Amino acid sequence: MVNKMDRADILKSLNENLRIDGRKLLDTRKIEVEYSISKNAEGSARVKFGGTEVLAGVKLSVGTPYSDRPDEGSMMVEAELSPMSNPEFEAGPPDIQAVELARVVDRGIRESKAIDVKKLCIKEGEKCWLVCIDIVTINDEGNLIDASSLAALAALKNAVFPKLDGENVDYKSKTTKKIPLSKEPISVTVCKIGNHFIIDPLTAEEKIIDARLTIASTEGKLCSLQKGGDTPISIEDIDKMVEIGMKTADEIRKVLE
Amino acid sequence: MSELLVKNKSIVVPGEELASGMDFLPSFGTYRDKDIIVASRLGMVNVEGKVIKITPLSGKYNPRRGDMIIGKIVDVSYSGWRVDTNSAYPAMLSIKDATSEFINRGADLTQFFDVDDYIVASIFNITSQKLIDVTMKGPGLRKLVGGRIIQINTNKVPRIIGKQGSMISMVKDATGCKIIVGQNGLLWLTGEPKMELLVVETIKKIEDEAHMSGLTEKIKNFLEKKTGKKIEPREEVRNDDMRMNRNDEVRRER
Repeated sequence: MVNKMDRADILKSLNENLRIDGRKLLDTRKIEVEYSISKNAEGSARVKFGGTEVLAGVKLSVGTPYSDRPDEGSMMVEAELSPMSNPEFEAGPPDIQAVELARVVDRGIRESKAIDVKKLCIKEGEKCWLVCIDIVTINDEGNLIDASSLAALAALKNAVFPKLDGENVDYKSKTTKKIPLSKEPISVTVCKIGNHFIIDPLTAEEKIIDARLTIASTEGKLCSLQKGGDTPISIEDIDKMVEIGMKTADEIRKVLE
Repeated sequence: MSELLVKNKSIVVPGEELASGMDFLPSFGTYRDKDIIVASRLGMVNVEGKVIKITPLSGKYNPRRGDMIIGKIVDVSYSGWRVDTNSAYPAMLSIKDATSEFINRGADLTQFFDVDDYIVASIFNITSQKLIDVTMKGPGLRKLVGGRIIQINTNKVPRIIGKQGSMISMVKDATGCKIIVGQNGLLWLTGEPKMELLVVETIKKIEDEAHMSGLTEKIKNFLEKKTGKKIEPREEVRNDDMRMNRNDEVRRER
């Protein structure tokens, strides 16, 4: 709804403990999760944070394990910032923002050790499952990182293995076996504007933040961090932001149930 | 033998036959095909005597000469600025129409308007190719600093302004916010953060209920409930509210 706002006006609003869309500083927008939205993916989900909308799909294929990890399957994340979702996004190979988005989502899932990669191994040193998570943005009204992380997790939860007969994967027939998922890593991006901390930023707010810290956590356990923005943040700030991030993650986790 | 083929105030789609016979006259959003009047837009049918017109419910802004619009600077060139008008056609603002100040040859034009700035401008010429020329010479035409810009349905702009500017001046009085409504569906407002949100909420409400009757009264009650203050409808309408209200007149170009 808001096309453009200056930093001074956003700060004026924040000083009154009010976001520019009427939320409190540490409120998220309405979060919606919809499962199994794609026919061809092994698992998929659509996540909405207010007007922000993201799709994630999980594709499973069989490959050879890395030679230094012969008994483990692998996981990768790719993100596409569709030009339809934001006029500032360009078509073509992923730019720095898309690479960061994919890497932050990847790191959250990887470092939480949510996927038991040992169970993805089919035959040691020869064959294993490759989990490929693809993220596409449908509409960007801010906070793509958190929405994408949640979509990726929801798609993983939704995914089932296809049937494996000998060499080939039969994608048409699905089994009931799910991806071995032991934890639920949730990413929350806490932004700092002036002396204020906010979560779930809008596009207008994202443009004027001093710093942001993406905190991925499983129940009570910190998994990964990613810092962005131009200004440095102090250790006290990081402590506060992590606390906010982990508290919010617990609330977001309820949406998945 | 002329007869209406649809009910007055019903919603029609393009191509729908509205009336047969030569006794009816096609107006905005309709055309005559032999002896049948056909809709060319999606909207509500209005039959006023013999004249049939359509009040559109949606659609992009169609620029008209004399409209006051809120535009966004998208390019700075040697001789002026290119302005996004929130319509299908971009506009040009040339140096001579931008300011009465003297500008040296080759001066840096971004000191006046830079890319991403919003301006209030007035359309003074549209060519047959829909090339738009805007000017900033006139009362109230200026660069917008601070505040927030929101987008609304262009076709609801007349309802948001109200008769003689009654609706918008009521919202201004109740909230104490400064508001500028551009005919192209962009709206600029600034004020206290809480009141800004109330304005946005009110505008949304007007937009959603634009087709209902007694809207001004409804919005008055809504604002009184929200602000807890009594609202006195303004007796005399200020000039700046009036000027925005040229859209009240029936659009009859076609």
